[in-house]
Amino acid sequence: MASAYSQNELMIAAAARELQGARVAFVGVGLPNIVCNLAQRSHSPALELVYEAGVFGAHPARLPLSIGDPTIVTGSASTMGMSDLFQFYLQRGLIDVGFLGAAQIDRFGNINTTVIGNYANPRVRLPGSGGAAEIAVLCRRILVITRLSKRAFPPRVDFITSPGHLDGGDARAKLNVPGGGPEAVITDLCILRFADDTREMLVTSLHPNVTREQVQANIGWDVRFADEVATTPVPTARELELIRLELDPQGLYSR
Amino acid sequence: MPQVTTLHHAIRDLVHDGDTVAIEGFTHLICFAAAHEIIRQRKRDLTLCRLTPDMIYDQMIAAGVCKKLVFSYAGNPGVGSLQAFRRAVEKGEPRPLELDEYSHFGLVARYIAGAARLPFYPLNSYTGSDLPKVNPNLRQIQSPFGDDKIHVVPPLNPDVAILHAQRADENGNTQIWGLAGVQKEAAFASKRVIVVVEELVAASVIRADPNRTLIPGLIVDAVVVEPWGAHPSYVQGAYDRDNAFYVEWDTISRETATLNAWLDEWVYGLADRAAYVQKMRDRLEQLRPGDAFAAPINYGEYK
Repeated sequence: MASAYSQNELMIAAAARELQGARVAFVGVGLPNIVCNLAQRSHSPALELVYEAGVFGAHPARLPLSIGDPTIVTGSASTMGMSDLFQFYLQRGLIDVGFLGAAQIDRFGNINTTVIGNYANPRVRLPGSGGAAEIAVLCRRILVITRLSKRAFPPRVDFITSPGHLDGGDARAKLNVPGGGPEAVITDLCILRFADDTREMLVTSLHPNVTREQVQANIGWDVRFADEVATTPVPTARELELIRLELDPQGLYSR
Repeated sequence: MPQVTTLHHAIRDLVHDGDTVAIEGFTHLICFAAAHEIIRQRKRDLTLCRLTPDMIYDQMIAAGVCKKLVFSYAGNPGVGSLQAFRRAVEKGEPRPLELDEYSHFGLVARYIAGAARLPFYPLNSYTGSDLPKVNPNLRQIQSPFGDDKIHVVPPLNPDVAILHAQRADENGNTQIWGLAGVQKEAAFASKRVIVVVEELVAASVIRADPNRTLIPGLIVDAVVVEPWGAHPSYVQGAYDRDNAFYVEWDTISRETATLNAWLDEWVYGLADRAAYVQKMRDRLEQLRPGDAFAAPINYGEYK
């Protein structure tokens, strides 16, 4: 297997490593799906995957294209109606980590998947919340994976579909939002986390050969860098093999 | 007693212009056969409810049957955007579309309230989200039992629900396995229920495994047998999701002209679902899964 890797493969492998130690992960649509499946097939075989479609403890035999694919049912620990899933698993507080994608995410980790522009007269109409609003409210930790670009990282999102740290600081706690909010944002250029006090995003790890200038050029505000910025580890041969041979042989997500 | 009938008759008699209609099924068991029959019968001004409008409502929106959408995720799952939905919202084509938008949990809660005939239903969501700012149906109330505040949603009671399932008996007792979505809640919430099944079975088959009955015949008005009726979505154990078609739809639906040509060929140009299955036959055969049987369980005989 060639040792070279794509930026997307690095992003997916780095995102999957954030799930080490987690017991129950709520799997979002798109990139989070491949990330959570990679984690389960590599370092976290005991990771319980929860799909909003109504599955707890999924062991998908193939990468599900949609998050309601029949492969998430066969061999799962429990398959149920969505009423039970949202009330008894998510609202009950059983989910450690919610893994979400984002069309737009702002400096405080608020996510927009609803509209670009005005709600009543949108420039671009996006799909909407799905389960993301309540996942963002209720999971103990939130991880986000999305590609870095000025359009995707505005200083303020046009619409808060899924609340992050709102206006920063203790805004989230003041509103009594149960979950802890976003913890890390994994992109194709860097990893960002949230400052303890202000809850503003800051760059904590740069992917190999990526410069600070490159990151800044793709973010819509003057982004802060952590005092010590790490270099993101490259994907292992095993991770690349799982992505290329098992999870995404057509390269839909990873090339 | 429900009637065992054809889709043509069920749609003609039970779906009226201006009705609120829920064709549910979360990725699984989406009754495209019913949607196509509604389009063929040129029903108008429908309020369509679904958690995920999916390709099924994209086709109905493009065909001009839909006035208003009650929904929580309007994407092409795993692929991207719904193009006809976007044209309707962004450009008002072929007609403007009214939106009543929730998150999944919020819309699930509306069906639960509707099914249980409750005035509202509480859920712990939306705090910090902008969704309540654009939808007055998302309200926060004070708990009557403490200091907590909680969001509530009103009931949803469609005029008619159309639900696909693996099998039913002629009394309308309907069994589902795999993802159950909100099939049960939508059925109990609605004033009229059409059940569309892959297979009509003897009552003894249903009664040998009563835990699997999600919808009782008591609330069913019509039973329709329509094998492959959920394609290109899927039926657990019967056929796989036609993922390739979901990807193709992205191309077909990009332009109004190609989308309309597709509707002409695959909906208006065909008499019924049997004709669709006939025309799609080779492709459908490739969607059959391998077997994965559950171990039999013992209900016991108590005399």
